[in-house]
Amino acid sequence: MCSSWMMTDRELELYVHIPFCVRKCAYCDFLSFPSGERERKAYVDALIREIESRKDNFTDCRVSTVFLGGGTPSLLDGEDTARLFDALYRSFTFVEDPEITIEANPGTVTAEKMISWRKSGIRRLSIGLQSVNDEGLRMLGRIHTYREFLDTYSLARDAGFGNINIDLISAIPGQTVKSWEKTLRTVAELAPEHISAYSLIVEEGTPFYNLYGEEQQKGLFSDGKISSLSAGGFPPLPDEEEDRKIYEQTAVILNEYGYHRYEISNYAKQGYECRHNLGYWERKEYLGLGLGAASLIRETRFHNTADMKKYMDVFSDGTPAENVSGERNTASAGTGEIQSENSAGQDDVREEFESLSREEQMAEFMILGLRKTAGISAEEFSSLYGTGIKEVYGSQIRRFEKEGLLTEEDGMIRLTPRGIDVSNYVFCEFV
Amino acid sequence: MSVIDQKKIRNFCIIAHIDHGKSTLADRIIEMTGLLTSREMQAQVLDNMDLERERGITIKAQAVRTIYKADDGEEYMFNLIDTPGHVDFNYEVSRSLAACDGAILVVDAAQGVEAQTLANVYLALDHDLDVMPVINKIDLPSADPDRVKEEIEDVIGIDAEDAPLISAKTGQNVHEVLEQIVKKIPAPEGDPEAPLKALIFDSVYDSYKGVIVFCRIKEGTVKKGTPMLMMATGARADVVEVGTFGAGQFIPCDELSAGMVGYITASLKNVKDTHVGDTITNAERPCAEPLPGYKKVNPMVYCGLYPADGAKYPDLRDALEKLQLNDAALQFEPETSVALGFGFRCGFLGLLHLEIIQERLEREYNLDLVTTAPSVIYKIHKTNGEVIDLTNPTNMPDPSEIDYMEEPMVKAEIMVTSEYIGAIMDLCQERRGIYQSMEYIEEKRAVLHYHLPLNEIIYDFFDALKSRSRGYASFDYEMMGYQRSELVKLDILINKEEVDALSFIVFAGSAYERGRKMCEKLKQEIPRQLFEIPIQAAIGSKIIARETVKAMRKDVLAKCYGGDISRKKKLLEKQKEGKKRMRQVGNVEIPQKAFMSVLKLDDD
Repeated sequence: MCSSWMMTDRELELYVHIPFCVRKCAYCDFLSFPSGERERKAYVDALIREIESRKDNFTDCRVSTVFLGGGTPSLLDGEDTARLFDALYRSFTFVEDPEITIEANPGTVTAEKMISWRKSGIRRLSIGLQSVNDEGLRMLGRIHTYREFLDTYSLARDAGFGNINIDLISAIPGQTVKSWEKTLRTVAELAPEHISAYSLIVEEGTPFYNLYGEEQQKGLFSDGKISSLSAGGFPPLPDEEEDRKIYEQTAVILNEYGYHRYEISNYAKQGYECRHNLGYWERKEYLGLGLGAASLIRETRFHNTADMKKYMDVFSDGTPAENVSGERNTASAGTGEIQSENSAGQDDVREEFESLSREEQMAEFMILGLRKTAGISAEEFSSLYGTGIKEVYGSQIRRFEKEGLLTEEDGMIRLTPRGIDVSNYVFCEFV
Repeated sequence: MSVIDQKKIRNFCIIAHIDHGKSTLADRIIEMTGLLTSREMQAQVLDNMDLERERGITIKAQAVRTIYKADDGEEYMFNLIDTPGHVDFNYEVSRSLAACDGAILVVDAAQGVEAQTLANVYLALDHDLDVMPVINKIDLPSADPDRVKEEIEDVIGIDAEDAPLISAKTGQNVHEVLEQIVKKIPAPEGDPEAPLKALIFDSVYDSYKGVIVFCRIKEGTVKKGTPMLMMATGARADVVEVGTFGAGQFIPCDELSAGMVGYITASLKNVKDTHVGDTITNAERPCAEPLPGYKKVNPMVYCGLYPADGAKYPDLRDALEKLQLNDAALQFEPETSVALGFGFRCGFLGLLHLEIIQERLEREYNLDLVTTAPSVIYKIHKTNGEVIDLTNPTNMPDPSEIDYMEEPMVKAEIMVTSEYIGAIMDLCQERRGIYQSMEYIEEKRAVLHYHLPLNEIIYDFFDALKSRSRGYASFDYEMMGYQRSELVKLDILINKEEVDALSFIVFAGSAYERGRKMCEKLKQEIPRQLFEIPIQAAIGSKIIARETVKAMRKDVLAKCYGGDISRKKKLLEKQKEGKKRMRQVGNVEIPQKAFMSVLKLDDD
């Protein structure tokens, strides 16, 4: 890993998207689809071209984290992953001790791959488990059993991964506080460094939406009592009351095992909070590479096209890609780099540029920062925006404090447990 | 045609049941008399408001003058007066008819005589008009002109032997109609030298010309400079311009004399000075007495109109004032509601009139409105002998001060095919109808006569009628005065606070049912909030129904990473937008459409 010779304060996070998976899960609305080996290789080729074409705009940056997400990035073979990381190390300057994460799904990982990842400098593994119950796994559309997960987990430990996250989904159909508690304890016994526990969101466009979308919709407006009728032979979703008990219990149980909640859905042992994800909530700059990947660069949000053909055309093997990267070399780094690239027509894979006004930056500071259980610092707000947080959001903060949704302590403003439950209700007063 | 031979004038209207082809025939007559070329024809030229064209109904009276060169070689002046086609505008219809000398009765060759056909024919006969039947839509496969001819003769009792069999759509045999107009509709009478006597059958406001009065000259002559006097309102003005009606335009002329139909402008600023039905005379040489039949139209239905955005209150007032320039029947006065802020209590001729005004405010003036439940005018006899007209439920006196109350009743005539008689009788029963009689007009169709309280038909009676008869029933009504009734004010409490805009007056025997339905409906309309919200219906201090909107327990995004942020922000913005459309009552946010939910209690 290259350590930096150029001292700079500009920190950059990298997100690299691998849009491939073995099969779509029933709840998944991420950009991913099944693929062949050739397709994956070609995609990594394109990714490397994109990396090379972008690097010159970030010569003043030091990369602090890399997150290889998906899809199922562990589906790539070791060699492709190695080529990808080589390109990253070649192209960017890194900080001393970067956090480098790959998402892995049981059933796509071998000991060889793990060793190769270690060689590529990957230090953190995020394993998608979701449930310890094989029945639950099948219902979610996962391709693995709990047993297979355990194999993956011990392979990872054997390969030397000392920083592992396990993803879980709570409030899945048929779940009760009791069955969730069992899941949590089983996982905590394994002692991963980090656990993400998401309450299921039934997203439009997923198979789950067809089964449960209407129920959840109704739940929002009527009495919140989700019908006890099962959907298509599946058990019903836990009702809201149960869902919140499940959520409450998560923090209590994980606490017993030495995990603390640091964000709405994230728990870690001390010192193992995910730096990459914290960066999103602290509004650090991040560059998204690959299909559909989102970026925040110099207070502008945008994302790459989700159109695979378009992406491959621009960053393909042929001459157009040469041109793209060739011309890109002449683009100067600086404030206008994103827009100038785009308006010059050199880069038509980036879309939906959203240049954030000061007001929008402040709003994001609030709604992203408040996701962290530590909350937001009034002092940081005024040093960033040159105005007191109470001058901008005084009436909202007072109101939510009165309603018991926000609390203030030692200059930090944070959501109360009840505030977390209804955080959208709070956040929409800040946008 | 500067000087018109009275004998060559034909003033007539077309009457028909809705959808029997009145407007299409009017179009065809205008087209075939050569005033417009086919290319200039916009379908249904007489209905010139967007709304009229969309709904296929005529809201305001319209007139058009055409010249017809008849088979006898002479040129005739046709004044076709299109009448509004809905019971809400019955009075306007009657005045339009009074401006005519004859009427073309259009009957659908497949559907035959309908309730409105009858009502309109009787209205025409009341005005001594010669009714000339025409059988339309003979191009339909289901057309049965012989049966319909028989029906016209049996049911209405007018000779239909040589009624033209036409298709207004294709133009087939319309020529025969034109010839019969010449032969069968009498020429007007009246002395051009007599003192001026002109009937106002409509008036519109034009921002350049001011009020334009549509009138029929019965006696005398009017021209530029004539000092006018409106005999009922007492308004005076000098005539600025007179003229006749082209298609969609005004054609000035030198004078209008007895027998003619035309317009007068006199830089009047307000249609309130020119009531439909009033008589115009020459102030210096007035006629002895006005034309008969004038009455001041009074609103039958009231409701509160509030701007969705409180800041738009002045805009709403301006818009109402502008609409009123063209619509003397529209009344409004400011009112305030605890729940809805500043708005207006508006009076309308009926529910259709209400809907039309509401739609025009929203479309033509771009206003977002909150409408409260419509109410009729109740007469409250207080124990101290005082009688008050109640148009807003909020103003109902304390029950201890009330001796008794009365509500307006209507005489309803419902025409229905025999298989649905049971269903319709059930409906009338549910709506507190009092059965009067039933007669079969032919083997399979009957007319039901009921007396119904007006407040039972102002909400959704039409819809219920249509749905229970699969569209086969038709309905007409006329006011028949007041009747004593057991009425109570039903209040709605949301989170223990009375919401004035949701109060309504209801028959005591239906109060429990209505209260329960209202609570159920509101429960669906009010989104869950941080706390539990009781919704209660109450009569006085007695709670008669209750529902609860449970507290919101969960409204959280479990995931929000780099790729989610833009999308999630949009969701939050949308959520915030939704909140803006809510009304804060106490500490509860109520969506605007909840205030209108009372309207749709029976949509099962």
